[in-house]
Amino acid sequence: MIFWQLFITFLKIGALGFGGGYAMLSLIQFEVVERYQWLTAAGFTDIVAISQTMPGPIAFNCATYIGYAATGSVWGSVLASVAVCIPPFIIMLTICRFFVIFKGNPYMRRVLAFIKPVAIGLIGAAAVMLITPQNFSDAISFIIFGVVLLAQLFLKKISPIVLIVAAGVGGYLLY
Amino acid sequence: MQLKTINDYLQLFWSFFKIGAFTFGGGYAMISLFQREVVERKKWVEEKEFLELLAIAQSAPGPIALNTAIFTGYKTKGVWGSVAAAFGMALPSFMAILLIVYFFTDFKEQPDVERVFKGIRPAVVALIVAPLWKMGKTAGISLKTIWIPAGVILLIALLGVSPVYVILGTILAALCSVILKRS
Repeated sequence: MIFWQLFITFLKIGALGFGGGYAMLSLIQFEVVERYQWLTAAGFTDIVAISQTMPGPIAFNCATYIGYAATGSVWGSVLASVAVCIPPFIIMLTICRFFVIFKGNPYMRRVLAFIKPVAIGLIGAAAVMLITPQNFSDAISFIIFGVVLLAQLFLKKISPIVLIVAAGVGGYLLY
Repeated sequence: MQLKTINDYLQLFWSFFKIGAFTFGGGYAMISLFQREVVERKKWVEEKEFLELLAIAQSAPGPIALNTAIFTGYKTKGVWGSVAAAFGMALPSFMAILLIVYFFTDFKEQPDVERVFKGIRPAVVALIVAPLWKMGKTAGISLKTIWIPAGVILLIALLGVSPVYVILGTILAALCSVILKRS
């Protein structure tokens, strides 16, 4: 049963994950944390952190990790990772085949134009849903949040990996 | 002939395995790697095709890195080529996460590790918030259209509406608007 739920959930995430990694987060979070409760909000945040320091797309990393966390078996990881790939496969192969037709199609163009501002809202929603008492336990949390945000906005050359490692060192020293 | 074909698949697999292993921090980070390996070195995709490919990979659902692998594999070797490329792309991340999972479940119980993660969690939220401003600008968000992302946040984060319905609703609204314009 849980394997079936896992498969369907990641199929859905693969099919509706428009707008790249961060925009997919709210979708993954909604299904995995709110709906099936395979993970807590803090556990989910840890996965996002791990995903950012690991190679590969966030959606893959989440699928592999959550597949294991939900079932306690490597086969859960395999199933979730395969499920998240199936819809992009079907959709991309169809687009490749009929590329010329798709390119000028007014329906397609309009859907893409409408999705853009919505994808930004999806990212915003992922951030708002992660502002929980577990993730922001005290004033230090808000200071770390502010410093990382400013660093990411104004110091363009700093990689997110460096910031995550720095925040981890900060947490170790301050708590 | 047979051997040469197998070699082609292996090359696709290996090129995307390398890209997958060095793509840190999400899809956009892989663009320069992809360009060097696939466009300049292997010449599987031409320079002018590359921008079109990126546009498609970004607009189709699913991870951008996976979509570019599927496109390149299909273009060079058909459906099985895309399977070889996608498998190569996925494998490094799969192995890395499995290692972490084995290691992390016991490891996370330690109080020192919990302190580290207490520092990391708010930083992750900040990293998600940071690109919004720039993305809003590229998407052409103005004072007139700011209600769209604001409304999406309200619906999902505060009213508990599933993102599934928000995305399907957006697609439906777009299709209706084209039909209405035509009639």
